[in-house]
Amino acid sequence: MTTTEKTTEKITEGVRVRNAHKAFGPHPVLKGIDLDLAPGTVTVVIGPSGSGKSTLLRTLNHLETLDLGYVSVAGELIGVREHDGRLHELSPRQVRRQRARIGFVAQSFNLFPHLTVAANVAEPLLAHKVAGWDAAYTKAYDLLDRVGLKHRCTDYPRQLSGGQQQRVAIARALALEPDLLLFDEPTSALDPELVGEVLAVIKELARSGRTLVVVSHEIGFARDVADHVVFIDGGVVVEQGPPAQVLDHPQNARTREFLGKVR
Amino acid sequence: MTTTATPATTEADPPAPPEDPLATRRVAPRRRYGRWVVTAIVLALTVEAVRALAANPAYQWDRISYYFTLDVVLDALLVTLEVTAVSAVVGFVGGVILALGRLSGNPLVNALSWFYIWFFRSLPLVVLLIIIFNASLFFPRIGINIPFGPSLVSYDVDGLLVPFVAAVVGLSLNEAAFAAEIIRGGLLSVDHGQIEAANALGLSPWRRLRQVVLPQALRSIVPGYVNQLIGLVKASSLVYYVSLVDLFGIVYQLESTHVSDKVAILLVGTAWYLLLAAVLSVLQHYVERHYSRGWEVRR
Repeated sequence: MTTTEKTTEKITEGVRVRNAHKAFGPHPVLKGIDLDLAPGTVTVVIGPSGSGKSTLLRTLNHLETLDLGYVSVAGELIGVREHDGRLHELSPRQVRRQRARIGFVAQSFNLFPHLTVAANVAEPLLAHKVAGWDAAYTKAYDLLDRVGLKHRCTDYPRQLSGGQQQRVAIARALALEPDLLLFDEPTSALDPELVGEVLAVIKELARSGRTLVVVSHEIGFARDVADHVVFIDGGVVVEQGPPAQVLDHPQNARTREFLGKVR
Repeated sequence: MTTTATPATTEADPPAPPEDPLATRRVAPRRRYGRWVVTAIVLALTVEAVRALAANPAYQWDRISYYFTLDVVLDALLVTLEVTAVSAVVGFVGGVILALGRLSGNPLVNALSWFYIWFFRSLPLVVLLIIIFNASLFFPRIGINIPFGPSLVSYDVDGLLVPFVAAVVGLSLNEAAFAAEIIRGGLLSVDHGQIEAANALGLSPWRRLRQVVLPQALRSIVPGYVNQLIGLVKASSLVYYVSLVDLFGIVYQLESTHVSDKVAILLVGTAWYLLLAAVLSVLQHYVERHYSRGWEVRR
């Protein structure tokens, strides 16, 4: 299941990152990242804070624009197209169409507080006109049932616990049935006793055949669920491979140092 | 689960050992004698003030009720309502456009919006109204023409700027500048994560504004905006300077011609302005309640 950088030909269906460079003003954040993630696999990205792992994740649905290099998902360039030897940014409409196929779950949930839980999940379906009002809400109830929150449909997000809110955010990210799901530290804003319920939902998704990329500090979760672990530090991939290798027998001194701190 | 010789202490402990009677005493709240004194004084002053106001023969209650619904007063009230309503709507639309302009990444649009707001916020409304009323001195004719080319339509400014139009144009220009800053403040108060979530879900800019940003921004816009609207109702009294007889205008005319009814006429004006503000304040309550859905609830 796991892939290394050699097997480019057979995995064009997955996520591919090539030579990704990104700077915020004078501060380089990504300094040439190459990744190949096979479709249907779960990748956990770990690394110290400020290492660029969240920025990398956000380039995968074009929330961040790369300065150099490209990201492609299922063989399609994300956020750009090639023309006259350069990569040109796509129109906002085209970017929105691509984002509809990529689910994104943020650390702070970012549910819409003025909409009910069901309305939050129905919103992307209504916005993209893929379903009418009735169908959108039927689907929202169905998705909320899958994350165990059918009974909270008519509540507002703030009436829910952090773990429940994050499960709603996952249901919302699933509404448009994306093939790729991105999680940006999905449990970092949660009280310790609420982390488990969210990780359980993500584990369930890992078995659904979707491609998952999770930025996380949960080393135990990475060991349990990941097919592939990527350790990033200083804007470069320091080490990657199956969890048994990266987490239990790290080859690089920086990986060992980081794992020593988080354990 | 070892039940050895440990005595009764492992059973459910009583809240306090009975040998300490202090531990079983209830806590009585402090007596606030000062509060009783203050209440008595304030109550006495209030009763006296109400009595002095209500029983004052200068009020001429019968004259008040006569002027309150007098035809010319109601006509003038209608003028106030019309001028205010039109300016409020035009001012709001202009305010939204200016607020978006101030938040725009386009430096020219940004600078122009800033300039507009600076200019019309700085100019006293009376001055602005008089300038507009006399706009024909600056621009005798107004029309649409092809830039550097022939004119398509053109109108005589003096003919267009009847008092009502001058009043509405002046109030709207001024209102838009103040509304813009209130609306901008509201838009800035929306958490950036909300915009990012809308982007990540692929919402269009229009849907993002209408479904996500504006409903949340309005929550903090409404209190300041109702302030502004009440200010507009009162500022509309300045349209008297462009020869429009509004509520203030009629009160001013009546009290100078019917000197014996001066108090009654002034009180009628006061009462109508208070009523208009009261309507807006009640409206504010319901609009605020609407936009606070989902916010006040706690687990």
